[in-house]
Amino acid sequence: MQPLKIADKTFNSRLFTGTGKFSSSEMMEKALLASGSELVTVALKRVDAGSEDDEILSHLKYPHINLLPNTSGVRTAREAIFAAELSREALQTNWLKLEIHPDPRYLLPDPEETLRATEELAKLGFIVLPYVHADPVLCKKLEEAGAAAVMPLGSPIGSNMGLETRRFIEIIVEQSNVPVVVDAGIGRPSHAAEAMELGVDAVLVNTAIAVADDPVAIADAFRHAVIAGRMAFESGMPGVSRQAIASSPLTGFLDE
Amino acid sequence: MSFAEELNKYNWEEVTSSIYSKTARDVERALGKRKPDPEDFKALVSPASSPYLEQMAAMSKGITQKRFGKTVQMYIPLYLSNKCDNHCVYCGFNRKNDFPRTVLDENQILKEAEVIKSYGFEHLLLVTGESPRKCGMEYFRRAFELLRPHFSLISIEVQPLETEEYRELISMGLHTVYIYQETYNRKRYGLYHPAGKKSDFSYRLETPDRLGKAGIYKTGIGFLIGLEDWRTEAFFTALHLKYLEKTYWKTKYSISFPRLRPHAGSFSPSHPVTDRELLQLITAYRILDEEVELSLSVRESRKFRDNAFQLGITSISAGSKTQPGGYSSAEGSLKQFEEHDDRSPVEFAGVIRSKGYEPVWKDWDYSLQ
Repeated sequence: MQPLKIADKTFNSRLFTGTGKFSSSEMMEKALLASGSELVTVALKRVDAGSEDDEILSHLKYPHINLLPNTSGVRTAREAIFAAELSREALQTNWLKLEIHPDPRYLLPDPEETLRATEELAKLGFIVLPYVHADPVLCKKLEEAGAAAVMPLGSPIGSNMGLETRRFIEIIVEQSNVPVVVDAGIGRPSHAAEAMELGVDAVLVNTAIAVADDPVAIADAFRHAVIAGRMAFESGMPGVSRQAIASSPLTGFLDE
Repeated sequence: MSFAEELNKYNWEEVTSSIYSKTARDVERALGKRKPDPEDFKALVSPASSPYLEQMAAMSKGITQKRFGKTVQMYIPLYLSNKCDNHCVYCGFNRKNDFPRTVLDENQILKEAEVIKSYGFEHLLLVTGESPRKCGMEYFRRAFELLRPHFSLISIEVQPLETEEYRELISMGLHTVYIYQETYNRKRYGLYHPAGKKSDFSYRLETPDRLGKAGIYKTGIGFLIGLEDWRTEAFFTALHLKYLEKTYWKTKYSISFPRLRPHAGSFSPSHPVTDRELLQLITAYRILDEEVELSLSVRESRKFRDNAFQLGITSISAGSKTQPGGYSSAEGSLKQFEEHDDRSPVEFAGVIRSKGYEPVWKDWDYSLQ
């Protein structure tokens, strides 16, 4: 499996994870270690970054784990930029998962505000990974605005519904010059494998791991699924075979 | 960043040998994929795909109809000038060919336009040799002013220009630019283009990049069929297409099939391509890329055009004259190449209709620009 490069960092795991919804921080730590994940997103609103023994951060102190602060909770570009500045100061990283969802029910991302914030944040030197709809045009615009990767959703966040946006994810993968990370909606290892087979560069899984009966076991299952899907993609899978056509109604003129 | 950097990652000979080593299995695999990649494309243009031509033609026809319907776009070139400073060894306009040269004046341009309009064309392709002193920006500006009111879409096939110059012409009504690399073989390019501005391989290669930056609506690329091994050229053209689609994603793209034809001078192609191979090339591009416009000219025979236009082609010329003044005057000036299919636009449109397709004369409006 090829390593994945985003901005200045190289990842040997293509499974990104999150820190929300776990039954305890201890459980979270064990599950994240089992997942092999090297990029873990943390909601800024949940951490007390100033404190050495923050309940979440203290469980993430491993050399292979990079933090990806997210702006979950903000509703506008302005709020996101403010949160990003705070995050950079407190967590000593310029990496940012940009999430702007004014809608508290489905937590669907706001494309206009996200594009605006990406532009600004990239200028301010942030490594921006925006969470967006699986909208190919928006993804190209984000790329031009300086996004380090794009994170289209597979289905509504926390829904575990899988790749409802599959056709659009395929187009995004085909067109993108920056890594594509499917974020939101991946509910099972088979969903993760399916996304990786399509050629996405990584997936981010949180709810499906955090709320499973055995988060450690399923984290390991996701780890395997992501590797399997990626290896299949890199192997150049065969397509569906088509029936050969015996007669030559279309090319017969060449022999006339 | 430009396509030149992308091209430098490849070695011509290695690509060629990789194409020739493709097997029937590789072809079947490529044909089974929903989105073949450039490696699959190698199989589609390899000798191994020859037995699959009927299948490729059927696929190409189906994909093309799904995307473009049962229609074909009509275009016609207006040669403004055959003056040229270049020494391209394969071209009738080669500076060394000792013929009197013509640059149409305003009256002549309008006369030509009148005849072309009377055929029913709304899309016009302006062609010149490369002679910036006589046919530079000043001349183009004037030509656009004259022709803009009479046509709904204007495209050009002239010397490569600068980004700013393209931007200016777009604001005056330019829609499409055709710029063929002739050969993607950097080492051999100089043999065919020994002198003149065109001898600069990289400047020509990066022209579609400049067009993308200028915000052009459509860019046409291609290689001159017959100069070098067509299979390797096709691979690099496909690579170029994919690079452009990804980088300048708001622009449409077109590929043309200029196959070397007899002309003034004595060049004969060292890699001639058969009709069967040309069809393989057309269908391979289509299987690779659903959206790209594929354009066929009157360089090809009646038989080939009448059949091939249904198998992947989306744009076709008819009644073309390849010398300046060719439509409105009987006097012969120097032709770029000999037209192979000399049927009139009306006659050829009839052929298209008889096959159940609609010839489309207008598919754009300047007011949208």
